[in-house]
Amino acid sequence: MTATVARLRRYGVRPAGAALVLWAAATVTFLALHLVPGDPVLVLLGGGSGANPTPETIAAIRHAYGLDQPLYAQYLHHIGRLVTGDLGVSTSLKEPVAGVITQQLPATIELTALALLFAWLLAGAVVLLSTGRGALGRALGSGLETVAAGLPHFWLGVVLLYVFAFRLGWFPVAGGTGIAGLVLPALTLAVPLAGYLGQVTRGALLTALEQPFVTSARLRGMSSAAVRARRALRHALLPPLTLSGWAVGALFSSEVVVESVFARQGIGRALLNAVLARDLPLVTGIVLLIAAVYVLVDLAVDLLHAVVDPRIRTPREL
Amino acid sequence: MPTPEKPVPPPASAQPVPLIHAGNLTVGFGGRTVVRGVSLTVHRGETLALVGESGSGKSVTARTLVGLTGPGARVRADRLEWEGEDVRAWSERRRRRIRGRGIGFVLQDALVSLDPLRPVGKEIEDALKLHAYGDRAARRARVREVMEQVAIPDPALRAAQYPHELSGGLRQRALIASALALDPPLLIADEPTTALDATVQAQILDLLAAARSRERGLLFITHDLAVVRRLADRVAVMRGGEIVEEGPVGHVLQDPQHAYTRHLLAADPALHPKGARLSAAPRPALPEPEGERPRGVVLAAEGLHKTYRGRTAVADVSFALAAGRTLGIVGESGSGKSTTARIALGLTRPDRGTVTLHGEEWSAPAEKARRHLRHHIQLVHQDPLSAFDPRWTVRRTLTDAVRLHRPGHRTPGPAEAAGRARELAAQVGLPADTLDRHPLHLSGGQRQRAALARALAPRPSVLVLDEPVSALDVSVQAQVLDLLAELQDAFGLAYLFISHDLGVVQHTSDDVLVMQDGWIVEAGPAAAVFAAPAHPHTRALLDAVRPLTPSGATR
Amino acid sequence: MTTVLTAPAQAEPLVRRIRPGLTAAGIFLALVVPAALAPGLLTTYAPDAIRPADFFQPPSTAHWFGTDQNGRDVYTRLVHGAGQSLLIGLGATALSLTLGITLGLTAALGGRRADFAVGRVLEVLFAFPGLLLALLFIAVFGTGAVTAAVAVGIGEAAGYARLIRAQATTVVRSGYVEAARGLGHPPLRVVRRTVLPNVLRPLAALATLGIGQSVVWASSLSFLGLGAQPPAAEWGAMLADGRTFLQYAWWTSFFPGLFIVLTTLSTTVIGRRLQAWLDARSS
Repeated sequence: MTATVARLRRYGVRPAGAALVLWAAATVTFLALHLVPGDPVLVLLGGGSGANPTPETIAAIRHAYGLDQPLYAQYLHHIGRLVTGDLGVSTSLKEPVAGVITQQLPATIELTALALLFAWLLAGAVVLLSTGRGALGRALGSGLETVAAGLPHFWLGVVLLYVFAFRLGWFPVAGGTGIAGLVLPALTLAVPLAGYLGQVTRGALLTALEQPFVTSARLRGMSSAAVRARRALRHALLPPLTLSGWAVGALFSSEVVVESVFARQGIGRALLNAVLARDLPLVTGIVLLIAAVYVLVDLAVDLLHAVVDPRIRTPREL
Repeated sequence: MPTPEKPVPPPASAQPVPLIHAGNLTVGFGGRTVVRGVSLTVHRGETLALVGESGSGKSVTARTLVGLTGPGARVRADRLEWEGEDVRAWSERRRRRIRGRGIGFVLQDALVSLDPLRPVGKEIEDALKLHAYGDRAARRARVREVMEQVAIPDPALRAAQYPHELSGGLRQRALIASALALDPPLLIADEPTTALDATVQAQILDLLAAARSRERGLLFITHDLAVVRRLADRVAVMRGGEIVEEGPVGHVLQDPQHAYTRHLLAADPALHPKGARLSAAPRPALPEPEGERPRGVVLAAEGLHKTYRGRTAVADVSFALAAGRTLGIVGESGSGKSTTARIALGLTRPDRGTVTLHGEEWSAPAEKARRHLRHHIQLVHQDPLSAFDPRWTVRRTLTDAVRLHRPGHRTPGPAEAAGRARELAAQVGLPADTLDRHPLHLSGGQRQRAALARALAPRPSVLVLDEPVSALDVSVQAQVLDLLAELQDAFGLAYLFISHDLGVVQHTSDDVLVMQDGWIVEAGPAAAVFAAPAHPHTRALLDAVRPLTPSGATR
Repeated sequence: MTTVLTAPAQAEPLVRRIRPGLTAAGIFLALVVPAALAPGLLTTYAPDAIRPADFFQPPSTAHWFGTDQNGRDVYTRLVHGAGQSLLIGLGATALSLTLGITLGLTAALGGRRADFAVGRVLEVLFAFPGLLLALLFIAVFGTGAVTAAVAVGIGEAAGYARLIRAQATTVVRSGYVEAARGLGHPPLRVVRRTVLPNVLRPLAALATLGIGQSVVWASSLSFLGLGAQPPAAEWGAMLADGRTFLQYAWWTSFFPGLFIVLTTLSTTVIGRRLQAWLDARSS
C-alpha cells in the first residue's frame, strides 16, 4: 500500500508541481510586461525607437491588446492565450512569436544535443583517466575541472574561433552548415559544463569508493578495477544525472552568448536581438520556452531517477 | 627466520595445519603503528574472538589477514600462512582467489555493506560469479539454498528485494549469506551485531554459532564481552595494537591474568550491582551532601500518547520520578523510549496526557509560560558533539549556560560565571586544560563530561539521560557511569535513564520501565524486574544478553 | 627477520605542501586589488588616449598586451578596467547574498508555511536557469552597467537562498540549538547568539566563490552589449570591442578574457580553501 502511495506521489504530485512552476513562470513573464517603465503601448510599438504614434494609433493598439481592460482580465487573457499556444506577436519582427521560435528551434536543439554529448564524454574521460592514478593524477584531474568550469563561454569561444578557424582553418569561421559548423560552438558550450559535471561525478565516485559495500565486494574477491567500474561508477552517475535538467536549461541560456560569438542562427541569438530591441513579446516567449524545457527535462530526469535508484522507487520498510 | 620459506609438511604427530596463522604481524599507517607484533591462529572447527576497545587494532588485524588493509598501509609479518602456505609472496590475483572462497567476511552494518542499488540476491550471487561457480541455474539454486541456511523466510521473494526494503535482521542475514555462499572454511565477522537490537542480535549470534562446524573456523571481532562468552572457544584481548592476553574463554574470563583484562571485566555494568564502582578513576571534587535531602516526586507523567503520521509512538505511558532516584527506560529501537524522553523534556508535545514538573503543569502551557521551569530539567544525549556549538570552546559553552537570564534571579557577572564554569568542570572531572578546546578536539569521554557540566550549570533537579554511554568504549563508559552515580549522590539529582542496554540499566536504575511498540509492558523495581521478569518481551530482552549456558562448555 | 608485504606509503607529495594553486591565486588577487584601487600606480599610459598611429601594435616591451584599433594600450585599459569589473561583481554578489539570506532565513525561521512558500518561490526561480532572469530584467529595465549588476544579482539569488535555507534548517534542527533552548534561553537570544552566527559562518566562502561567478556573468552581459558599453574600459566590453578585429589583433580580445578567467579562478580556489578550512573546524 505504501508503495502505491509512493507511486502516486511520484507520478501524480510531481507532474502537478511541474505544471504549477510553469504557471508561475508564465505569471512572471506577465508581470515583466507590466513592470516596464512607461506606457506598455509604446513598448509594444517598438520600444521608443523614435516612432511618434498619434493618439488614435495608441488607443487602437491599447484596445487591440486589451490594455484598456482591468489587470486581472488582462492576466486571464494572457494565460488563456499561452494555453492555446499563442505567444503574441513580435514587435521588432512583426511576426508571431510562435513562428519565430519554430523557425529558430531546430538549430538550437542540434547544438544543445551535441554540446551535452561532448560534455558527458569529456567529463567521463577526465574522471575515469584521473582517479585511481594516485594523488598527482587526482590533483591534475580536479585542477583541470576547476579551470574548465570557470571558463566563460565568450572567451573560450573567441579563443577556439581564433585558433581552430582563423589560424588552423579546420572549421568554418562563421555560420557554416552541417556538423563542421557545429563543432566549435558545441565545444564552447561543453567544456565548462564538462568541468562542472566532472567535479560532481568525481566527488560522488570518491564517496562511493569509501562505502562499506565496496569493501564487501572486494572481500568477496572482486578486483579493485572491477569494483570501480561495475559498482562505484553506477553510484557516481546518479548525482550528475539529476543535474541534467539544470544542464539543459543552462545550455539553452548560454547559447545566447555562444550563438552570438559564432554568428549562428538560433533561439539564443533571437533572444539577444529581442532584448536589444526590447521586443518584450518575443523575450517573454523565448524565456517561457526555456523555462518549460528546464521544467520538463527536470521532470523526466526525476522520473528516470526512480527507475535507476530503487531507494526512491519503494519506500523504506521494516 | 628466512623468507620465502618452503611449505614444510607437518610432522605426523603435530597438530593439524591451521586455517590461518599470523606471526608477529605489524601494521602501520603513515608514522603510526596500529598493530604491533600480533600472532594468532585459527583452526578448523574453532571460534576465536578478538576483543578490544576502539583503536585497539582488531579490525585492522582482520583486514590484514585477507590482504585488504587499506591504502597507505605498511604491513610486516614473520609469518602469514593460509592452510600452511606462505601468502606473503602471493600476487594480488592469487590472494583474490582466497577472498570469498577461502575466507568469508561479514562487515558490521548490512545497510551500508550491501550495495543499495542491487537486489540482495545479486549480492549473494556475487561471490559465486566471481569464483566461477557453476552456470546460472546452479548459482540461483545455491543462492536459494544459502538463504534458507541463514533462515531468511521466502527466499525467492527476498532475493529480488533491495537492502532498504529488508529489516535490519534480515539484511544482516543476507550479508552473512553472501559470505557463506561458497561455503568457505573460515568465516571472519567484524562486529556483526553491533548496530542491531538485542533480540535480533541474539538471533544473529545463534546463526553464527550454527555456521560453525568441524570443517569451519570462525574469527570474530567484538567489543562486547557478553558476545565473547556466548560464542567463542578462545579469546584474544587486544589493546593498543597488541594482544595482551589469549586463551580459552573460560580461563581468560574467570581468571584473567593481565591487568587490562581484569579492568575490562570490572567495567562491565551487568556484572556489578548499583552502587559498586566500575572504574578506578579518581573521584571528582564534589560538595558533601548536606542537610535534609528533598524527597518526593519531581517529575510525573500521566497517560501520555503520541502518534506520528498514524503510527503510535507512545501509548498510555505513566511514571513518577522521585528526587535522588533513577528511573530506567529500556526498549529496542522504535519502542517509544526516546519520544517519551522528549515529551518529558518539553521538546515534543503529547497528543494526550500530562507531565508535571515539581507539581507544576509542564507539558500543557505555552513555551513562554513554562520557560522559567526549563532549568529544572536538563538533557544529556548519546552524541554530545552535535550538541555543542562548533564555534565555542568548552569554557564559552559553560559560561553561556551559567549566564542564563531567569526572571527573579540575578544573572551572574562575567567573573562569577567564569568561576562557576571552572567549578562545574572540576565537578565532572574535566581537566582544566580542556576548557579552552573546541568539543571537536575532545575525546568521547571528555565530551560527555562537558555535556554533563553544561547540564548541571542551571542547577537542575532532573537529568534526562538519553543513551548517555552508548557511544563510549566499555572502560570510558565505566568512568561516566561512576561519575553519574557520584553526581546523583552529591546533588540529589533524579535521573530518567534511557538505554537499549539492559546491563547499563540494571546497574544504574532503582526502578525500570520496559517499553515495546510505544507501550509499557512491564514496570517495577529494577531488582524485581530483572530477577523475575513477568512479561515475555522482558524475558526475551534478558535472554538475548544472558547466555543460557557458559560458552565452551557445550563444545 | 621480517618481510615487508606492501610498499610503504609515499611521502606527502611536494604539490600538497606548496599548494601552487592557492599561492598563484593569492598573488593574482594581490595584484588585481591595487589595480582596482589605484590604477595610475601600475600604468604609464592614459587609458582613453587615442593614438591612431599606434593602432594594432602586437604585444611588445612598450605595450605588454599590445594596442587596440585606436592605439590605446590594452594593458593600461585592463588595469583601469579592473575597478569597474570588480565593482560590478562585488555589487552583484552583495545584492544576491542579501536576497539569498533574506529568503533562506525566512524559510528556516518562519515556520512551516514560510518554508513552503519560499520553497515554491525558489522552484520557480530555478526554472529560469543561468542568465535568463538577468536577460528578462534587462529587457524590462534597459541596458547599462548598474542594470547589469542588479540583473546578475537577482539571477544568482536563488542559488544562495537554497544553500542558506539548507544551512539554516540544519542549524535550527541541530543538537546545540536544542541544548540552548533546553537551558531556557529566550528564543531571540538563541537566534541571535547561536542560530545566526552558525548560519552566516560559511558565507565568507560562499561570497568569495560568488564574486568570480558574478564577474563572469556581468562581463558576459557587457560582451553581449547589454551591460557596460564601450568605450568603457570594462573587461567584458573590451573583449566585445576587440572581437571584431579578432583575425588581425587577437590580443585585444585575448587579454581581457584572460583577466576575467584568472579572477574567477582565483576566487574559486581561495573560496574552496576557505570552505574546506571552515568545514574542518566545525565537523
